[in-house]
Amino acid sequence: MATDTVTISGLDALEVASQQKVPGRASRVWAATWPKLTALALALGLWQVVVWSGWKPEYALPAPLTVATDLWAYATGGALWDGLLITAQRAAIGFGAAVAVGLVLGLAVARVKVLRAALGSMITALQTMPSIAWFPLAILLFQLSEQAIFFVVVLGAAPSIANGVIHGVDYVPPLLLRAGRNLGARGLNLYRYVIAPAALPAIVAGLKQGWAFAWRSLMAGELLVVIAKSTSIGVQLTYARELSDAPRVISVMIVILVVGLLVDLLFTKADNAIRRRWGLLDRE
Amino acid sequence: MTSTTLVPEGATTAVALSGVTKVYGRGADAVVALDRVSLDVAPGEFVCLVGASGCGKSTLLNLVAGLDAVSGGGIHVAGDARPGLMFQEPALFPWLTVGANVEVPLKLRGLAGAERKTRVAELLDTVHLGDFARRRPHELSGGMRQRVALARTLALDTPVLLMDEPFGALDAMTRDILHDELERLWTARNAAGKPLTVLFVTHNVREAARLADRIVLLSSRPGRVIWQTPVDVARPRRIDSAEVATLAAEVTDRLRAEVGRHGH
Ligand SMILES: Nc1ncnc2c1ncn2[C@@H]1O[C@H](COP(=O)(O)OP(=O)(O)OP(=O)(O)O)[C@@H](O)[C@H]1O
Ligand SMILES: [Mg+2]
Repeated sequence: MATDTVTISGLDALEVASQQKVPGRASRVWAATWPKLTALALALGLWQVVVWSGWKPEYALPAPLTVATDLWAYATGGALWDGLLITAQRAAIGFGAAVAVGLVLGLAVARVKVLRAALGSMITALQTMPSIAWFPLAILLFQLSEQAIFFVVVLGAAPSIANGVIHGVDYVPPLLLRAGRNLGARGLNLYRYVIAPAALPAIVAGLKQGWAFAWRSLMAGELLVVIAKSTSIGVQLTYARELSDAPRVISVMIVILVVGLLVDLLFTKADNAIRRRWGLLDRE
Repeated sequence: MTSTTLVPEGATTAVALSGVTKVYGRGADAVVALDRVSLDVAPGEFVCLVGASGCGKSTLLNLVAGLDAVSGGGIHVAGDARPGLMFQEPALFPWLTVGANVEVPLKLRGLAGAERKTRVAELLDTVHLGDFARRRPHELSGGMRQRVALARTLALDTPVLLMDEPFGALDAMTRDILHDELERLWTARNAAGKPLTVLFVTHNVREAARLADRIVLLSSRPGRVIWQTPVDVARPRRIDSAEVATLAAEVTDRLRAEVGRHGH
């Protein structure tokens, strides 16, 4: 964006004057963050007020500052990172498998009529099933094991991902398909050059939703399926409750929230990048 | 038979339509878009199809391109060449840059990377968009997108070019330049012994008179060939020449008579 140094007069000057008011990066970031910070401050303030009111004893509902101190100790000690490692590994493996299953299933259902008739509505039904309801069966099948957790994480996330793929493939603009075919793309090439890129936004949306389900299923799994010697985040939450360590319970919850949000943010970023490339963002 | 073939009997044809009928839908909702259209196009011939909106011009091109199936009759393209179709809308891939869009057919044809690069640059220069290779389609104007689409279709290097109102969204000046460019390209291909057959759809009768070897008039729904005329004006032509204007006036009269008959 080069600015002209040529003398500008009349309406052009007005135009430029209004353009100069376009805020810089720093103030844009600030404009986006201050409402969030204010909301956070208000929430913390409310929490503090409830604590002060003496509605619950301090050992059940600790003050924000107590939790902050514990969170600091938690983060600087080894427990958090050991737990995160285990949990992140499970999340990566489970979500990765769900992505593989979801992509293959979605593609198969999108392309094969019989499969669509047979599985189309079942996938949507699976999506509405609370994943925690799978655990009793998972535990019967796999006992209290990694597999039980894995099973539920995949079942929780794969339907959303499959639905994203189905949706994406269904809504590829017919004109672009025709253009691709006319340019010589047949069979696999049509997928490579037209269908896959055209379906990408819907697939990313499916991945984002799939992640939310995977993360919830994983946390439910770690709370229910306590495996001896494993100190995952969920297990730490259970132990903290059993020890009536309220500050730690809340600290772990904050960690769970932050991890979920950070990964979600990655998907949002990817989604925005795609939409900017396609010219679907109404900015600049 | 509604057609009067101008191509001498026995001469090879690049595109042959015989009794082509296209019906969309079924039962009470059926729309007869084309009704027994017969047309022979000689190799290297430039044919302009003119007709009222909705008379089946786009349908015809889609059928010749093999993107839709005929309901009746047959279409034969010489040597089973795959015609390149420039759609009525630009139909660019929004996820690719302008250069990458033009590169797609080159990739699909199996050209090597270095060769593709030079070809893309050449093709974009042909449509006067050499500086826009790295832009995305949404950053271009409607007319510019149409020119990218033209470059992408030309990248197919096909012997049969189907163009569906390609210059409809352009200003008169750019259009004139692209007419010259297209005529130059077409003449060069024919002179080089690699005939380029063009089926060109337009609403603009002057454009048809400017470009065509032959103008074919289609009737309104259902589309039929109702009239055709050879264009015996020496090339290179100018759109504002007297001969082009005279012919355009004649075609307009025919078109008026046709539209009037249908009470539009
Ligand atoms: N996919 C479709 N399904 C049903 N009817 C269609 C379809 N495509 C075209 N038609 C109908 O066929 C007729 C011819 O359409 P076509 O697009 O070929 O017209 P056209 O001559 O290209 O018009 P224009 O000059 O406005 O582009 C129209 O009446 C249209 O409604
Ligand atoms: Mg049309």
